[in-house]
Amino acid sequence: MSIAIITQLICFSILSLVVIIGALGVVLLESIVYSAFLLCGVFLSVAGLYLLLNASFVAAAQVLVYVGAVNVLIIFAIMLVNKKEDFKPIENLNSRRIISTAICLTLLSLLIRVDLSNVWIIASPNSSIGEESTYRIGEHLFSDYLLPFEVASVLLLMAMIGAIVLARKDVMNQDISTGLPVDQELIEKTKEPFLINKN
Amino acid sequence: MENGLDLEYIFNEFLKGLGLSSEIAHIIWLPLPMLLVLVAAVVGVLVTVWLERKISAAAQQRIGPEYAGALGVLQPIADGLKLLVKEDIIPAKADSILFTAGPILVLVPVILSWLIVPFGQDLLISNVGIGIFLWIALSSIQPIGLLMSGYASNNKYSLLGGLRAAAQSISYEIPLALSVLAIVLMTNSLSTIDIVNQQSGAGILSWNIWRQPIGFIIFWICALAECERLPFDLPEAEEELVAGYQTEYAGMKFALFYLGSYINLILSALLVSILYLGGWALPIPVEIIAKFLNIPLNAPLIQVFTASIGIVMTVLKAYVLVFIAILLRWTTPRVRIDQLLDLGWKFLLPISLANLLLTAGLKLALPQFFGG
Repeated sequence: MSIAIITQLICFSILSLVVIIGALGVVLLESIVYSAFLLCGVFLSVAGLYLLLNASFVAAAQVLVYVGAVNVLIIFAIMLVNKKEDFKPIENLNSRRIISTAICLTLLSLLIRVDLSNVWIIASPNSSIGEESTYRIGEHLFSDYLLPFEVASVLLLMAMIGAIVLARKDVMNQDISTGLPVDQELIEKTKEPFLINKN
Repeated sequence: MENGLDLEYIFNEFLKGLGLSSEIAHIIWLPLPMLLVLVAAVVGVLVTVWLERKISAAAQQRIGPEYAGALGVLQPIADGLKLLVKEDIIPAKADSILFTAGPILVLVPVILSWLIVPFGQDLLISNVGIGIFLWIALSSIQPIGLLMSGYASNNKYSLLGGLRAAAQSISYEIPLALSVLAIVLMTNSLSTIDIVNQQSGAGILSWNIWRQPIGFIIFWICALAECERLPFDLPEAEEELVAGYQTEYAGMKFALFYLGSYINLILSALLVSILYLGGWALPIPVEIIAKFLNIPLNAPLIQVFTASIGIVMTVLKAYVLVFIAILLRWTTPRVRIDQLLDLGWKFLLPISLANLLLTAGLKLALPQFFGG
C-alpha cells in the first residue's frame, strides 16, 4: 500500500468518526450551545469528506454556506436567548423518545435498503475531473440545471421577504390570523439615533 | 517555467542520492514549504507589531520603543516572550473547553489561508484550483471562534464583543466576496496564480486597480472590517466593551488572538496586492528588462534573481498597505455600530453588485481589456 492510500484511509476514518460522534452529540447533548458548536464540527468534517472525493469546490461551498452562514446564524440565535431560562418538563417524554427512535430507525433501514439495492457507478480515479469541476458545475448550472437553480433562488427570495415582513411589524398593522389591530407601542419608531437629534 | 529551477525536484534527487525512496523524500519535502510560510507569517507579525508601535508613536509625537535593540526592533520579541511565559488563567465560571477551543478556531483558518498566497510563479504551497474561494470560505469560519470565546468567557462584555464581531464579519463578507467575484470574472479562473498572470501584460498599466477601482476600494474597506482594524474595531472597542471577546483571556491564549489578528492583516494586505496590484510583478515587466539587457530568462541565476525580486515586490506592496492600515488606525475615529451596519448593507453591498454588473457588461463590450 502506498503512503497516499494510507493517508487517505486515516483521514477518511477520522472524518467519519467525527461526523458520526458529532452528529450523535448534536442530537443527544442537553446543552444547545454544545449542540450548535458540534454541528459546526460535523459540517467541517463533511467538507473534509468532499475534499477526499476531489470535490474541492463543493467542499469550500459547504464551509462557506453551512459553517459560515447557517451555523453562525444558529449560534447567533442561541446567544441572544436567555440561557438561564428553565424549560418546562415535557409530558410523556419516554413514549415520545420511543416513537422518535422508531421513526429514525425506519428511515435508517430505508436508506440502508436503497444503498444495498442500488448499483452505484464508481468513477475510477483516472476519469475524475478534479480541479476542472468548478467549470463543469458552472456549465450545468447554466444549461440543464438552470430551472432548479432559478427556482431555488426564488424560494430563498420568498423566505427573505417573509423574514423581513415578520421582523418589520410596522408594515402590517393588523394580525393576519385574527384580523385584530396589532399593538405597536413597543416597536421602535425612531429611525435616527438619539445622539443626532440635538434640538 | 517548465525548464526552470525546480527546488522540489533537486531536493528529492538529493535525498534519493542519500539512499531514500522517492516517497519518503516527498514526505520529508512536504512540511518544508509550510514551515517556511509559517515562519514568514510570524516574522511578518513581529515586523508589523514593531511598525504599529513606531508609527503610532510618530502619529502621537512620541518616540516609541527604544531600548530593546536598535530602534526597539526587539520589542515585539520581548512582548511575545512575556505572553509565552505568562500564567494561563481560565476564569472559574467559564466554560473551559469552549474557552480553549475559541482562540484555536480563530487562528487556524487564517493560517490555512496562507496556502494560496503566491510570492512568485511557483512560490506558493499549493496552486489549488479553487484558490481565492478557499480564502473566502475559510475566513467565514472565524466568527464561530469569536462567538465561542465570547460565550465561553461568561462575561457580558465578551459576549457582546463576540456578537458584534460575528455580525460585522458576516455583513462585510458579502461585498468582499462580490468584489473578488468581479476579479474572477475578468480572469476566468479562481487560482491566485492566474489572477496575477492576467495582470502581467503591460506592467503597472495592466494592474487590476485601474480596471477595478471601485472593487479595490470596496475590498480594502471590507478587508479592514474583517480584520477588525480601526475605524471598524467595534468588537474590541476599549471605551465600551473593555476588550470585547478577548477580555478574559491571558497569556498564550490571548497571544493566539493577537497573532490571528495581525496575521489576518498581513494576509489581507497580501491579497489586495495579489488581486489588484499585480502580485509579484514589477511595475515594468521583467521580460522587457531581460530583453533590454539581452539575458535569456531561463538561466538559473536569472531565475533566482527574478524570484527574489518577486518576493520583494509582493512583500513591499503588502507592507505599503499595512502602513496605510496602521496610519488609518491611529488617525481615524471609530464608527458607531449602526453606521457600520448601514455602510455594509446599504452602501457597499449595492455598490459591489453594481460593480459586478458593470464588470460583466464591460467584459462583453471590451473583451480585450476585461479578459474575454
